[in-house]
Amino acid sequence: MKLSNVTIDQVGVEERVARFNTRSIKKESKLQGMLLALNMIDLTTLEGKDTAGKVKQMCYKAMHLADDIEGLPTTAAVCVYPNHVKTAKKALEGSNVKVASVATAFPSGNSSRKIKLEDVKIAVTNGADEVDMVISRGEFLAGNYNFVFDEIAAIKEACGAARLKVILETGELSTLDNVRKASDIAIYAGADFIKTSTGKIQPAATMPVTLVMLQAIKDYYDETGIMIGMKPAGGISTSKQALQYLVMLYETLGEKWMTNEWFRFGASSLANDILLQLGKEKYGVYYSGDYISKD
Amino acid sequence: MATTKKNNIKKSTTSVSSVKSVFQNYAPAPESIDHIQLKSQYDLFINGKFVKPLSNEYYDTINPATGKKIASVAKGNEKDIDAAVKAANKAFESWSKTEPKERAKYIYRIARMIQERAREFAVIETMNGGKSIRESRDIDVPLAANHFFYYAGWADKLEYAFPNRNPKPIGVTGQIIPWNFPLLMAAWKLAPALATGNTIVLKPAESTPLTALKLAEIIQESGLPDGVVNIVTGFGDCGSALVNHPQVNKIAFTGSTPVGKYIQKAIAGTNKKATLELGGKAANIIFDDAPIDQAVEGIVNGIFFNQGHVCCAGSRLFIQENIAEKVIKKLKDRMRTLIVGDPMDKNTDIGAINSKEQLEKINHYIKLGQKEGAEIFQPECSVPANGFFCKPTLFIGTSQSHRIVQEEIFGPVLTIQTFRTIEEVIEKANNIPYGLSAGVWTDKGSKIFNLTSKLRAGVIWANTYNKFDPTSPFGGYKESGFGREGGVHGLLPYVKF
Repeated sequence: MKLSNVTIDQVGVEERVARFNTRSIKKESKLQGMLLALNMIDLTTLEGKDTAGKVKQMCYKAMHLADDIEGLPTTAAVCVYPNHVKTAKKALEGSNVKVASVATAFPSGNSSRKIKLEDVKIAVTNGADEVDMVISRGEFLAGNYNFVFDEIAAIKEACGAARLKVILETGELSTLDNVRKASDIAIYAGADFIKTSTGKIQPAATMPVTLVMLQAIKDYYDETGIMIGMKPAGGISTSKQALQYLVMLYETLGEKWMTNEWFRFGASSLANDILLQLGKEKYGVYYSGDYISKD
Repeated sequence: MATTKKNNIKKSTTSVSSVKSVFQNYAPAPESIDHIQLKSQYDLFINGKFVKPLSNEYYDTINPATGKKIASVAKGNEKDIDAAVKAANKAFESWSKTEPKERAKYIYRIARMIQERAREFAVIETMNGGKSIRESRDIDVPLAANHFFYYAGWADKLEYAFPNRNPKPIGVTGQIIPWNFPLLMAAWKLAPALATGNTIVLKPAESTPLTALKLAEIIQESGLPDGVVNIVTGFGDCGSALVNHPQVNKIAFTGSTPVGKYIQKAIAGTNKKATLELGGKAANIIFDDAPIDQAVEGIVNGIFFNQGHVCCAGSRLFIQENIAEKVIKKLKDRMRTLIVGDPMDKNTDIGAINSKEQLEKINHYIKLGQKEGAEIFQPECSVPANGFFCKPTLFIGTSQSHRIVQEEIFGPVLTIQTFRTIEEVIEKANNIPYGLSAGVWTDKGSKIFNLTSKLRAGVIWANTYNKFDPTSPFGGYKESGFGREGGVHGLLPYVKF
């Protein structure tokens, strides 16, 4: 591929983000935005201490966010390690909630191509609907862009019917120019989604980083007519933040992207903050956090 | 590179309907207007008191977003100007001898009082002028307070600004301000004049007097000695009387080039000093190595800020020809997300045109552009039925010979030209009687420095546009006027040695 020569002005990006954040989202826009955000969540557990029990409980939560509030959607997916895909798949049977699995030696990505492909195959064979891979940041920063490209392309092939989300781990890429370059590589190599972070590195998702990635998606769409999805992950924990991301999404890519087919939040605590706000809409007061399940 | 990809993903999960429609139109988010205090009738502010105009005549000031009357405002005339100048002249005797650090205290106090009443100022500015509440809240009012803070700091340090030159105040300054930034322009002019020990007669624009009159209330409360600041509202005859008054020692004017020329003629042969900040038709230049998405944002901010009622607006866009198609597409997409409407709504990007006359002028140019054969683009946004509104407008395929490129429109209308080389764009950018501002977008620092030394413009922004700061001087070349406002340079027009 021809390497992108798109330059990014960080100050300009930050100013644009500040403009999104002055949008005042009230009343029905706010309510609908929060419901949409819930429906876009990839409810995630990615810990060394994950067990079948933990995964099952989280899956139930994904389907039953708060049964006392009528008309709530489910989350879009749950996101687990490959060895928990089977458990999750079974727990979610009969629902529309997808199972996403991280793979490719998540989170560092420091392993051989062979092992990474094997990792993906295990996830897919176990029934993962979506695969969240990490790029080789070391190779990227060393300038081996072809390596990064080829690896993504190989993994895309191994995914088969599963949708591929490519994690750039933007917290390790240092500049927005790099974020743009990595986005272009991932998109052209076959990513269905591009994703900011593993959640293991700080900073994780930020609005400026997400905006640069959304603009890469827009440029690709303008050129080819093909839609790519976006998933900011890590660090989005409040409904206010989620609404700000949705404003940015709407004003950058438009309403076509305003569904969980094309936009996801990778988050573990966002859902509960939204439920707190929705509870306030229903009951008129903020209720105690103890009323919200912590699965 | 060939990648095959299909978007045949199955519909997933529970869909949330009706979200789209809600996000297309954010729910109304109007700024509350309950907290503002407006009188039904405003008098002139002369010698520390609000006094009736000698003619006892008043005129209506309206809200351009609705066309409805807000208040009656005194119609000052030559005699009122005379009374105000005499009051200022009398006050000069003691004010000019007041300890500089005491002068500073008053200016700091005014700055703090503006901050305390920032919301009220923002709402009134938006009601009276039509600009969006987002701009008056985030830009006009904070910047106005900052100007007072900045110049308060200079009051007792003038000998450091002009070492070994013993700066002294000039006397009575006549200040005539425009309708596009009513409060901010008053601050730009009042703050340095007060800091240097001058007294002032200020005439606000006839269509937007209310924030200046609110400022008069603050000045009165601040305890500033009577007569140091006088504010006389009225029409052109009032401004003319101020310019021609023999006891006025300096004129500071911001407004149109024809009026600027009139002032120059009127003060010829007198020893009156003047600073004129006049029209503009700035080039905003985008090179192919620019950060394009951010440049598009800068183009939008450059021309649609304050409905294009900005003398330094980036109204002539020059795009390097090899990226023209891409930039224009992105610009159109961005314009489709602009919200035109009720200025008091916090989500409004483009508010109301300031007056019926200005809207007619803009519409005249939009018709002219079409007659000249330029391709017009306006987004399909909704526009309120009442009040004065204009859609953001592009003219594509224009050249230096188009009148819409040559003349200042002072509205949300952008002309687009392409260029091939750096020499060509410099020549075209300078090929205009104005020279107030310009913008350059490129990733290359050397290109920026090359252009800044060759463009004949008082202010040049690189990879940004319409950035203002009290510490930075502002002013023009050629028919955009002379003299600088802001920064240490902004003190110079108010002192003699």
